[in-house]
Amino acid sequence: MKLSDLFNAGQFVITSEVAPPKGIDLGEMIENAELLKPRVSAINITDQQSSVMRLGSLAASQMLKERGIEPVFQVTCRDRNRIALQSDLLSAWALGIENVLCLTGDHVSLGDFPDAMPVFDLDSVSLLAAAKGLNGGVDMGDNELEGSPDFCLGAVVTPGADPIEPQLIKMEKKIAAGATFFQTQAVFDAEAFATFMKVAKGFGVPVMAGIILLKSPGMARFMNKNVAGVHVPDALIDEMANTEDRPSTSVGIAARLIREIKDLCQGVHIMPLGWEKRVPKVLEAAGL
Amino acid sequence: MLVSERKPIEEIMEFIGGERTVFLLGCDGCAAASGTGGEPEIRELKAELEGRGITVTGTKVIDFLCQKALIRTGLRPFATALDEADSVVVSTCGIGIQATATVLDQAVHPACNTVSLGGIRGEWQGEERCAECGQCFLDVTAGICPLTACAKRLVNGPCGGAKDGSCEVEPEARRCAWEVIYERLERQGRTNLLRRAPLQVKDYAKMQPPVDLRGTRKWAVDMKTTEGVTS
Repeated sequence: MKLSDLFNAGQFVITSEVAPPKGIDLGEMIENAELLKPRVSAINITDQQSSVMRLGSLAASQMLKERGIEPVFQVTCRDRNRIALQSDLLSAWALGIENVLCLTGDHVSLGDFPDAMPVFDLDSVSLLAAAKGLNGGVDMGDNELEGSPDFCLGAVVTPGADPIEPQLIKMEKKIAAGATFFQTQAVFDAEAFATFMKVAKGFGVPVMAGIILLKSPGMARFMNKNVAGVHVPDALIDEMANTEDRPSTSVGIAARLIREIKDLCQGVHIMPLGWEKRVPKVLEAAGL
Repeated sequence: MLVSERKPIEEIMEFIGGERTVFLLGCDGCAAASGTGGEPEIRELKAELEGRGITVTGTKVIDFLCQKALIRTGLRPFATALDEADSVVVSTCGIGIQATATVLDQAVHPACNTVSLGGIRGEWQGEERCAECGQCFLDVTAGICPLTACAKRLVNGPCGGAKDGSCEVEPEARRCAWEVIYERLERQGRTNLLRRAPLQVKDYAKMQPPVDLRGTRKWAVDMKTTEGVTS
């Protein structure tokens, strides 16, 4: 099932994500995915997020697929050149994977192998173009394929970037290259998101707002200091600091945000970061 | 020596796009020795551009375009010609093109690809770096090299990793190259350049120095011949 079919049917699409393990024990990842399954249309599988070496997103995507969970295969440009990237895309289609999220990827210096070669042969835009080419039956060298995939291609955008114009220009480039939907970096400020969507909706491509469940005021401050394009307003930090029941306050904040933004966009992408079991409560409280 | 080779005139014309007037700048250092930026090559480039309907408002060959002080003093008498030009076409290595773009703060087009930093090293004191990529990207990046200034060597715009203008790799020491590019274009009223730029894909085959450069004195001073890629 392609996410594009759901958007085309006018559905408000909900996705979430899980991370493959560092090791081969997939139990927890699958457990988390099963918790999310009844409430989401698809689940992203991250590609060695934060440049930390883990089991691959291709194998993990297939593990979900065989359990009847629709995967969104995340692919970054950090670790593979254009030969390996195109090859992995073909492999993904052969394994039944239909949704791909194309990202540039974090730099290796952020992860546990800062001494590794940062590849970045392609970037998010040229990767999308390559994948669109495969959909059309040719590789990047215009060589014809024996049978071609038909991926639904997605990309990411950071609505809170400052300045925003370079992000919007790159968003347009991603659409021109082949992106048919967007998932955003975490949104905490509905007003700022509305300002972003005023321009982004003109592009005519579905946007899914990113939602992160806040776990503590410390986590919010950490993201404000360290995570690009994320800004948690002071009022939300205070709300988390002054509560005696952090999980239910967190669920309340996420649900409120979703209610505030859901008429502006075509879906939400929830990043639970370990709080998978609380995602159904968030969606229920948000009226979804 | 920074060995450069002239880009085809068709590529330079694509950079010039709808502009009608240009100023031509050469370099009497490595570029003259490469056969790309000396007086004869600038005369030839001028004729090629004029033959395609472009008005050349002035030309100048400066001793070393990598030296910003020399660019400033050398171009002082050409203020009017520079003002009259829609852009400046620079026929030299990646360092000289970047130094010119920084000093002039106006639209600059590269007329050359830099193919090697071999042989006798050029000496420059500025922060510009050249990756000798053989496919100069400086036209679409406001004269700031995305291969050396961006930690991910991105050629199609910024990643999402910059925080408050700092690169995710060395936030204390490194600004996001694409923010610097954007700021320069915004100051020049040219941010549309980013929107217009076609999809860029790096060609790693061009990052190897050309075969006919190896074994020449331009490749290494102890070689036996001066014949090379641009001779």
